[in-house]
Amino acid sequence: MQRIGLALLVCVAVSLLAFTLLNASGDVAIAVAGEEATAAQIEAIREDLGLNRPLAVRYGEWLANAVQGDFGNSLFFRQPVAELIAYRLPNTMTLAVMALGVMLALSVPLGVAAALRPNSIIDRAAMLIAVLGQAMPNFWFALILIVVFSLTLGIAPPSGSATLGHFVLPAIALGYYSTPPMMRLIRQGMIEALSSDYIRTARAKGISGWKVVFKHALRNAVIPVVSLTAVQFGNMLGGSVVIETVFGIQGLGFLAWESISRMDLPVVQAVLLIVAVFYVVMVLLADFINAWLDPRIRTQ
Amino acid sequence: MNGPELIVPKARRKGFAARAFANPAFVCGAVTLGLIFAMAVFAPLIAPYDPLAQDMTNRTASPFWLAGADWAHPFGTDGLGRDYLSRIIYGARISLLIGIFTVITSGIIGTVMGVVAGYFGGKVDLVINFLIMTRLTLPVIMVALAVVAIFGGSLTVVVLVLGLLLWDRFAVVIRSAVMQIRNQEYIQAAQSMGYSTPKLLFRELLPNIFDRFAVIATFEMAHAILLEASLSFLGLGVQPPTPSWGLMVAEGRQYLLFDSWLILIPGAAICVLVLAINMMGDALRDVLAPENRN
Repeated sequence: MQRIGLALLVCVAVSLLAFTLLNASGDVAIAVAGEEATAAQIEAIREDLGLNRPLAVRYGEWLANAVQGDFGNSLFFRQPVAELIAYRLPNTMTLAVMALGVMLALSVPLGVAAALRPNSIIDRAAMLIAVLGQAMPNFWFALILIVVFSLTLGIAPPSGSATLGHFVLPAIALGYYSTPPMMRLIRQGMIEALSSDYIRTARAKGISGWKVVFKHALRNAVIPVVSLTAVQFGNMLGGSVVIETVFGIQGLGFLAWESISRMDLPVVQAVLLIVAVFYVVMVLLADFINAWLDPRIRTQ
Repeated sequence: MNGPELIVPKARRKGFAARAFANPAFVCGAVTLGLIFAMAVFAPLIAPYDPLAQDMTNRTASPFWLAGADWAHPFGTDGLGRDYLSRIIYGARISLLIGIFTVITSGIIGTVMGVVAGYFGGKVDLVINFLIMTRLTLPVIMVALAVVAIFGGSLTVVVLVLGLLLWDRFAVVIRSAVMQIRNQEYIQAAQSMGYSTPKLLFRELLPNIFDRFAVIATFEMAHAILLEASLSFLGLGVQPPTPSWGLMVAEGRQYLLFDSWLILIPGAAICVLVLAINMMGDALRDVLAPENRN
């Protein structure tokens, strides 16, 4: 309960930050009116958008509406922000879920294999993959994927979001980027689990090697993995800006980037708030799953 | 008040640097970083051309490994006929400036928060924990993009926004380090000898968390360099014609099909720099806690 209260407080703080940051600076009315507008026109727009009222009043009104799912109208599209987001959210979700799949498909086998034989060739190869993943800028990796798989081999579409196939390269680019920390965590957890007393006991009882690894060791090593997965999922929503822009996916991140470039503030505010709330929910969920998986945490 | 001097583990600190330089990965990373640093400092002496000088008669000339290359431009020229090698050399300046100044800014903010939370505990700790949680909730790239869009894309704005965003790891790690240390005997001894709080913090506490600070600082420097590249790539970071590696990748994008080396070279440069810094960070972490290596 205390955690949920704190999470709510964090959400309010984020909304306040996002609102003041975007409103305390620059004059939206001038941006909307364009360069040739007269002073009277700008004043009319200001009146129309309610920009001449105090910041605190506007924040209160915005938050009250936002809680009910009304984020106002986009200055550029002239349609409700909620509609714009509802249209794009599925694309970002598809991308994030597929990227999570890529991340787990890479990090679990590599992490386990590396832990089984520390300092072996597999371990070193896994480390190399991790180190490269942390050093490559993700937009660059994405462009290289496009050059190799779309332009040279012609087996994947370079951009768009029409079919699931369009999401494969972006998911690889986004997923690979969050693989290294996950792989390190699994490797570390497996090494600890495999050297523990209960595994030695299990082996002594004559349980076969693979069964020990997967049923006994992995089960314990997986607990921190679950919470990191939830947090990474939250991060991917915010981190999808770059990848969605490179691949031209009509998702939340691309919308955020376009709207920021156009100073379409109602959209930017809404996206920031939604991404932040989603992250908070994921962190809470991770806590609950952990408590459910590990009775030791529950009793604390 | 001047009490008798305490003998704090100074020997261990010296050992930290010495052990770091005995680590081959650290030396390898440090040498690479040193070379890139020298390249950035002496850019005007090394660069064969002016990085901004355009030559419309010699656009997208091939780099040395492709057919038809001209050794006058080892990395070829970009879409405006500017010498690519010179732009890469000058680009190191942007990345290193961003990395260093962001870490100074975020390091100071994070350390102050971590020390205050860890040392005083209680309500102060609760408030700082709340600040850390709030910060973690903000999507870094989106906030940075928005701030740059509002305040304009100058080096100062990018450094400030990244510095104000990337302090979380410093705060988290230093907070727990201080919590561990504050109950140790030498801190209690210093307290009982009547050391003032500032003296205690600066003389006893800070020197003993420096090694952990160094580890975070390397990783955050790499993080800042990657973020600047992303911001510049998205057009909301350092502005043209400044040679920033991220921006060069963005400018090379329109030549993706036929002249893909235009994105290959600056991206590889970012990769090498970040790799060197991360190698140092990994090595420092191993030196700090050798028991975690395997």
